Amino acid sequence: MVTIRLETLGAHYGRKLLLEDVTTPAFKSGDMVAVIGPNAAGKSTLFKRVAGLLKGPGEVQVEGARRGRNSICYMPQDTSANAVLTVYESVLLARKQGAGWSVGDDDLARIDEIMKALGIADTAFRNIGELSGGQRQLASLAQTLVREPEILLMDEPTSALDLSRQVEVLGLMQDLARARGMIVLIALHDLNHALRFCDQAMVVAGGQLVACGPSSEIITPALLSEVYHVEARIEPCSRGIGHVIVDGVAAQRRTFASPATETSIRNVDRENRKCGAMAAQAS
Amino acid sequence: MASDRAAVAAHDTGGGRGHYRALVWRRQLILAGLGAALLVSLCVDLALGPARYGLGEVVQGLFAPDTVSQQVRVVLWDIRMPVALMAVVVGAALSVAGAQMQTILNNPLASPFTLGISAAASFGAALALAFGVVLIPAAIEYVVPVNAFVMAMLAALLIHMLSVKRGVTVETIVLLGIALVFTFNALLSLVQFLSSAEALAAVVFWTMGSLTKATWPKLGLTTLVLLAVLPIFARRAWALTALRLGEDKAASFGIKVARLRLETLMMVSLLAAIPVAFVGTIGFIGLVGPHIARMIIGEDQRFFLPASALSGALILSASSVVSKLLIPGTIFPIGIVTSLIGIPFFISLILSSARRSW
Repeated sequence: MVTIRLETLGAHYGRKLLLEDVTTPAFKSGDMVAVIGPNAAGKSTLFKRVAGLLKGPGEVQVEGARRGRNSICYMPQDTSANAVLTVYESVLLARKQGAGWSVGDDDLARIDEIMKALGIADTAFRNIGELSGGQRQLASLAQTLVREPEILLMDEPTSALDLSRQVEVLGLMQDLARARGMIVLIALHDLNHALRFCDQAMVVAGGQLVACGPSSEIITPALLSEVYHVEARIEPCSRGIGHVIVDGVAAQRRTFASPATETSIRNVDRENRKCGAMAAQAS
Repeated sequence: MASDRAAVAAHDTGGGRGHYRALVWRRQLILAGLGAALLVSLCVDLALGPARYGLGEVVQGLFAPDTVSQQVRVVLWDIRMPVALMAVVVGAALSVAGAQMQTILNNPLASPFTLGISAAASFGAALALAFGVVLIPAAIEYVVPVNAFVMAMLAALLIHMLSVKRGVTVETIVLLGIALVFTFNALLSLVQFLSSAEALAAVVFWTMGSLTKATWPKLGLTTLVLLAVLPIFARRAWALTALRLGEDKAASFGIKVARLRLETLMMVSLLAAIPVAFVGTIGFIGLVGPHIARMIIGEDQRFFLPASALSGALILSASSVVSKLLIPGTIFPIGIVTSLIGIPFFISLILSSARRSW
């Protein structure tokens, strides 16, 4: 059983404080955790900090993973590249980082398997520069999965995909998380996807953790009003899963603000205590 | 191509795996082809000169030196061989330097020549040639290359410092490089203006870039640098390839991007400075070599690196042949030849880069 827990995590970029005091209960193998929040809230920063790409105070506690901190893989937001490489080669090189030159049959078999599962086997020998946005995102996903992560941080992995691909990919991630015992933290803008596919949710706003817990309990009209400044209802779909229906924009317009000046969201301590209490309950 | 398709078809049962193995096989063939072409070019280069020999005679002189006349042997081994091999080694070094510069700066127009590293090296060397300025104390015969290296390194560090600044785009770096080229060329002119007539002749001839200055010890040192640097790049082949997927992606693979960039830039300066110090400014190999390699073999560094080295070596060796053929009996400074060939290529590259990915 792999677990990951964030303890008073913060992040700096230069002297600028981008993220502060993020504490979560332990997430465990098989968990799909939605990381939601407005633009520039600090979701990517949180992921980069957890992946060790940014420095800052606090601690990322990983237990039970085969490769310790190295078992955390971060999939950045869609990056376009113009290298003269085929999709297949790009996936191969993701797998072979830190390894020798020789490429074994098991490496290639694994790549074939993943590309088939993601439905991009037909683009394998196309140049990565020629791909559409959605294909590029799937290729990027293949590059991440081929590294066999135990803890996976995905930064808006479905932003360029059509609706059916979004559902397919998120369903696949849910299956993978359960089958392989992965922990998947996934930044999403579509709250309906968060409600449907993720059992847990973390809400980040203004560089702070606003709420954390089971997604059906966390994503509420009150939260939507406070964090997104929209008036919304949550009603069950035919399968009984909650869906967000937006009725309108709240009277008070939201402004983007940096953590230092953010004043509207100051209940972090309360929420952190809530997370702590939940963790205690769970254990 | 027909045989490629056959190879692919034969492997089709393996899906992507088979296709990939066929691709690797094809690339190995391309590398072997480049190597063979280089050998031919080298032999032709050895055969040409004030006295022309037949290719048969050259091959005989190479593999069985005792069976040819002493005159042929001396000309081949003592006079032409260091020069011909220098073309190969310098071509490879400059091309690899250009390839890695393009990789780390993510810029198709980067090369030691276009970003001012060669110009800086020229200036450093000219300081030593004209005024005997010693930047770092070294054995007297190596003052020129050491000076060249120090200045090249300074220019490279300047580019690195600017390239990691936030908000600096690829175009900005190229423009900064051009500014460096002009700066160091102006400083070089200043050195020429202030130096004595004899020193001026030495500096001018030297800046033209000519392989005729090659000797066995210079060849040895250049080869040593190339052989020392290539394995370091080779060991980082996957990481360097990953850089071309973008900085974020490379970092997400666990690569320390900033460190890799800086270390690579150091080695690139070494690769660019030593040839410049010994044979003068030879432009455009660092630009053209990697582009040809990229076109025929892609950017997987396991193939791209040797292909860059081989194509650069081949271009310079072929240019050496051309420089002997232009006016029979005269050997043109090779820097002039490579620039004349390189400039049209450079322009076509700028014009085409707007339309397609490089």
